[in-house]
Amino acid sequence: MSIVAAATSQAADASTWEQSAVFWVCAILSVLGAIGMVVSRKAVHSALWVAVTMISLAVLYVALQAPFLGMVQVIVYTGAVMMLFLFVLMVVGVDSSDSLVETIKGQRWLAILFGLGVGISLIAAEGNAIVGPAVGLDAANTVDGGNIEALARLMFGRYVLAFEVTSALLISAALGAMVLAHRDRHTPRLTQPQLADARFLEAGPKGNKPVPGVYARHNAVDTPALLPDGSISIDSVPGPMRARGALRPVDRANLDEVTDVFEGEAVLTATPQPDDEGVQ
Amino acid sequence: MDPNAYVVLSAILFTIGAVGVLVRRNAIVMFMCVEVMLNATNLAFVAFAHANGNLDGQAIAFFVMVVAAAEVVVGLAIIMTIFRTRRSASVDEENLLKY
Repeated sequence: MSIVAAATSQAADASTWEQSAVFWVCAILSVLGAIGMVVSRKAVHSALWVAVTMISLAVLYVALQAPFLGMVQVIVYTGAVMMLFLFVLMVVGVDSSDSLVETIKGQRWLAILFGLGVGISLIAAEGNAIVGPAVGLDAANTVDGGNIEALARLMFGRYVLAFEVTSALLISAALGAMVLAHRDRHTPRLTQPQLADARFLEAGPKGNKPVPGVYARHNAVDTPALLPDGSISIDSVPGPMRARGALRPVDRANLDEVTDVFEGEAVLTATPQPDDEGVQ
Repeated sequence: MDPNAYVVLSAILFTIGAVGVLVRRNAIVMFMCVEVMLNATNLAFVAFAHANGNLDGQAIAFFVMVVAAAEVVVGLAIIMTIFRTRRSASVDEENLLKY
């Protein structure tokens, strides 16, 4: 708090060069942060730039003899609000960068033109709103013993109704967020075995195929593997060989089966007859 | 230090925030731009409070912060809900009300 006190006491003298230095450093940082927020492609970078802006503004609040608001700025904005932003960004997807496609043609230049107009008119309208040197808050802050005490007198005195309404607003906002973020589950939650079964069902045909020759009498690459029921597994032979018809069945039954498969009537129920000679 | 400098800085920040709302298409980034606009008004309130020697501006800035916090909570919940149904946080995709 000594830094805060020092900054506050320095701010009392409105013409010290320290205050000018604080202002210019924080002003440049905050404008840089705001511009960085607008031009960053990734939303996470935008969030970090906004944090720069908000911390600079907190320092400016302290320099303007509002130490309580400066602390609230750090705690509420950079602490709570920005963390909420980052949390939602993580949920939505960090790499959801903005597209540079203009939906409305020329909208970007029109927006910049509009911004220039708004900025110039704002600065022209209120850039000279304060006439004469700043009064400073020394008197107002010391009436009740400090900035926080003086703010508390206002908050629980003149603005007590607004303060109470604020509590209603906060409760409504919390309830609304809970209602919005809540998702009704229409189907029961899948258990771990069900998830595993679903994965196997999905990956079953794509799983490992038997290599050629498994359970057959030859293990050459053109010999189809035999399935546990004795039928051949046509998938075990490499595709190019299947395309050329270069299969070597292990026995006559399998020969018939292979021909059937190639003629479009796959009969995969034949039992193996190991006594037969393999057809070369 | 000219007290008007703070007001001018606040106007510049407000303008940048407004341009950001118009230019960006990501709903979350638009929200951040709105936050910067609110912060700019807060800076103006605090600067005027300092210039006039009156704490009312700080009290109002405090209320603005409270309202901004509530707004962020509800707004981000809405964005989450939309993302859950549309799988997108881009404002160009949110055309459900159009048809």
